[in-house]
Amino acid sequence: MSKYLVNLKINNIPVTVEEGTTILDAAKKLNFSIPTLCYHEDLSVAGNCRVCLVEVSGARNLAASCATPVSEGMEVFTNSKNVRTSRKHVVELLLSEHNADCTKCFKNGHCELQDLASAYRIGDHVFIDLVKPKDKVIDISSPSICKDDSKCIRCQRCVRTCAELQAVSALAVCHKGDHQRISTFLGKPMHEVVCTNCGQCINRCPTGALTERSYIEEVWEAINDLGKHVVVQTAPAVRVALGEDLGMELGTRVTGKMVSALRHVGFDSVLDTDFTADLTILEEGNELLRRLKKVLVDKDETVALPMFTSCSPGWIKYIEHMFSEQLPNLSTCKSPQQMFGALAKTYYAQRKNINPKNMVVVSIMPCTAKKFESGRPEMRDSGYQDVDYVLTTRELAMMIKQAGIDFSKLDEDGYDTIMGDSTGAAVIFGSTGGVMEAALRTVYEVVTGREVPFTNLNIVPVRGMEGVKEARIMLKDVKPDFSYLEGVEVSVAIAHGLSNAKKIMEAVRDGKATYHFVEVMACPGGCLGGGGQPIPTSPDIRKKRAEAIYSEDEGLIRRKSHENPEVLQIYKEFLIEPLGHKSHDLLHTHYKPRKRY
Amino acid sequence: METNVLKKVDIIFDITDCDYLKILDRCMSKTQDEVILDIIDSGLKGRGGAGFPTGLKWKFTKNEDSDVKYVICNADEGEPGTFKDREILDRVPEKVFTGMAICGYAIGAKEGYIYLRGEYNFLKKNLQAKIDLFNKQTIEKNFDFTIFLRSGSGAYICGEESALFESMEGFRGEPRNKPPYPTIAGYNWKPTVINNVETLVYVSMICNLGPDKFKELGTKDSRGSKVFSVSGDTPNAGIYEIELGMPLEQFVDAFGDGDTKAVQVGGASGHCVPRKNFNDTIIGFEGIPTGGSMMIFNSSRSMYNVLHDYLEFFTEESCGQCTPCRVGCQQLLKGIEAVKKGDRKPSYLEELKKLALTMKSAAKCGLGQSVANPFNSIIDNFREEIIY
Repeated sequence: MSKYLVNLKINNIPVTVEEGTTILDAAKKLNFSIPTLCYHEDLSVAGNCRVCLVEVSGARNLAASCATPVSEGMEVFTNSKNVRTSRKHVVELLLSEHNADCTKCFKNGHCELQDLASAYRIGDHVFIDLVKPKDKVIDISSPSICKDDSKCIRCQRCVRTCAELQAVSALAVCHKGDHQRISTFLGKPMHEVVCTNCGQCINRCPTGALTERSYIEEVWEAINDLGKHVVVQTAPAVRVALGEDLGMELGTRVTGKMVSALRHVGFDSVLDTDFTADLTILEEGNELLRRLKKVLVDKDETVALPMFTSCSPGWIKYIEHMFSEQLPNLSTCKSPQQMFGALAKTYYAQRKNINPKNMVVVSIMPCTAKKFESGRPEMRDSGYQDVDYVLTTRELAMMIKQAGIDFSKLDEDGYDTIMGDSTGAAVIFGSTGGVMEAALRTVYEVVTGREVPFTNLNIVPVRGMEGVKEARIMLKDVKPDFSYLEGVEVSVAIAHGLSNAKKIMEAVRDGKATYHFVEVMACPGGCLGGGGQPIPTSPDIRKKRAEAIYSEDEGLIRRKSHENPEVLQIYKEFLIEPLGHKSHDLLHTHYKPRKRY
Repeated sequence: METNVLKKVDIIFDITDCDYLKILDRCMSKTQDEVILDIIDSGLKGRGGAGFPTGLKWKFTKNEDSDVKYVICNADEGEPGTFKDREILDRVPEKVFTGMAICGYAIGAKEGYIYLRGEYNFLKKNLQAKIDLFNKQTIEKNFDFTIFLRSGSGAYICGEESALFESMEGFRGEPRNKPPYPTIAGYNWKPTVINNVETLVYVSMICNLGPDKFKELGTKDSRGSKVFSVSGDTPNAGIYEIELGMPLEQFVDAFGDGDTKAVQVGGASGHCVPRKNFNDTIIGFEGIPTGGSMMIFNSSRSMYNVLHDYLEFFTEESCGQCTPCRVGCQQLLKGIEAVKKGDRKPSYLEELKKLALTMKSAAKCGLGQSVANPFNSIIDNFREEIIY
């Protein structure tokens, strides 16, 4: 059904748009840019910062263009005297309650308020400084997220992110008037509340009020310590986003340059989380088959299906808090990051003759929850903390800049061996549906001896940005070992963003959905939209990153995890078999329920 | 300009010849449109302060196509210096219920809610008993309309209609973006008429005596009478029903203590009128409209303190969501303090006046938009008192 068209004029230029379009979007059509702060493409409209005000002829007051729909015959002015005065006032007011110590701020140069202040040349403080000393005490209790209330401009993007995208509501508005603030439950420290550490709030904070806990200095310290062997691993989604923070075009793949840069920065071994992503598929795929067998053949009612993936630490903490009764459904596999850490300090250390005591494992992750995950008590199976420091994509970009490396001019380089090789199946872990696709490529082939019945291995039904995706795949003419799966139609689902995960969890809990295998990623778009990725984020940006991921996969010769030669080698030399004793000790774990408040 | 002499009347609290069930019967013998036309014809405007024509509001809501519609009685009387609704609900609540039921009939709503100010909880027990009786009587008449009572929690902002809906729905009391207006999407995002307590009483009066009777009072732009809450430096503090359209001079003559320096018309969010303007100021929609609050100040009062109090009030009662109101209120408050102390030059007051005007056009709701009323009128008229 087509919508009515509405004719209006913006700055005296006629434009026709669909009914229901906001003034902001109509102005975009004419290439008039209107500044915004509380507005975000991923979120509902708040209309509270009042930066996007415009003048509408005949209206008593200015209108927030993000929240005002167009109407027939409307005449809008985006740059009238009244608009300019008011907008400048609004920016000045925001600055008066903002701790503008920009040079010290993690977001310096990436701050939307700073950009506005600069655009409007707001130098001297016109108004009285309202920053409260107590707000300058930064909450660094969380290993993932720093909350600095003195930088907060109350746009509530974080609040909407946490409620709308993640269904968590760790952050909410409390109090009113001059005491109004964004607070955790009862104002408790971040590490004590129901926060999944996903960092989506950071990605949408226009200022430096929410930032990651940075470990850059600790990593430099380790690199500079000649007694330490510093190993670095890079997650799948980093390579399609890092370039954004280093002046390259959106959607550029920078895998080779990134490896070069890591060597220049001074890491001793440059390895790939993709290696353990492939390994995860073998462990998790076999776990799925084992569960299916127990259910279908042994009629074991204690075995939980569907099995949920366990790669996303934000998702893990969410299920621990919100759906702890379904923890048995969670795959026992650690995330690829943690599998990597446990193997680096055992397998890699042995083969390369490094004392694991002197080894420092650093992860480059698109994620802030990984910072929390690395410190979990479950993650010390090597005898040491398996992963020592986790840096976000943004932090790596910062280190590369600090090291004075001209990233765009770097030659491409390859990963070091024995834990550096990977397949296309591992690369697509970075996108929503990727773990599922990688698992199906392997499981289907293991069970039937044939490749998945999709053109060029591309399992299109599990791809894309719909919040919840479902797919079915029929198992026919299976190998004798898997006769119990003959004629079974495997039913899978994929969710990204925790509010979508919640929908699946409730459907499964209430018996309204019967799946065998469910992939959940905490962040919208999967890891490519992770809380540690370059800012800004939007549906379009995530789409470009996904395209880059899938093209990286298509360009690789090996695209199935079970064909990774180094994975085959580690089973031969060290792990012996999937789900074996060594795997049990190093690669699997169990999680415990957490309180809901 | 047409002006009246001050005339006290007794309509609101008069209970002679006021059988509310008969009034309902009479209304229901007319069509919905006829009832709405009567209200439009009477010229009744909202008595909460904003003065939107009541009949039009009803007409818009009636014209919306929706199974569910609501009538809400805004009894969140929070404007400083206003205390008339409390008295109305205490003394003649049936008139309010009747007004709500008439509205429900006219617009096709089956549920009505009274949103009662948190501080008026002491009225609750008595009010609930009377609501129960009224609901029983409407059921007996086969009239499908039920009234419910809801308590506020003490926030001034929840008197703003869309914040009130949010509060009723269980959310934080924050004003919504408009449009859509309540007549299209109000409580539970359904078409809603929200009227002030006093407005609903006049509705039942108009339906009882006819619109012509109502039109006999007041002026062309301000029909009828209005209940005023008189406070401050007056020997006659209290509640008075007065015909609209009188000059402020006459009001001061009747209620002042002989030394009146200024009258704050319309509560903290209203205008401050200095002595020199008393004779030129009409109390009504053609002059200065008011929700009923009339605060009288004599020469012993510091207008700096008055303004300071108001600004403290707004700083605390702003919901805090929009920048102009949350930060603007604080800046106005700290600003006059700084000028008083000498930390800022008197000329800083001009900057603050400009800021107040920005708040007027840029704030999201009536709260932030109206701070300029007291601020600029007090600064303009009592500048010396602010500085020295």
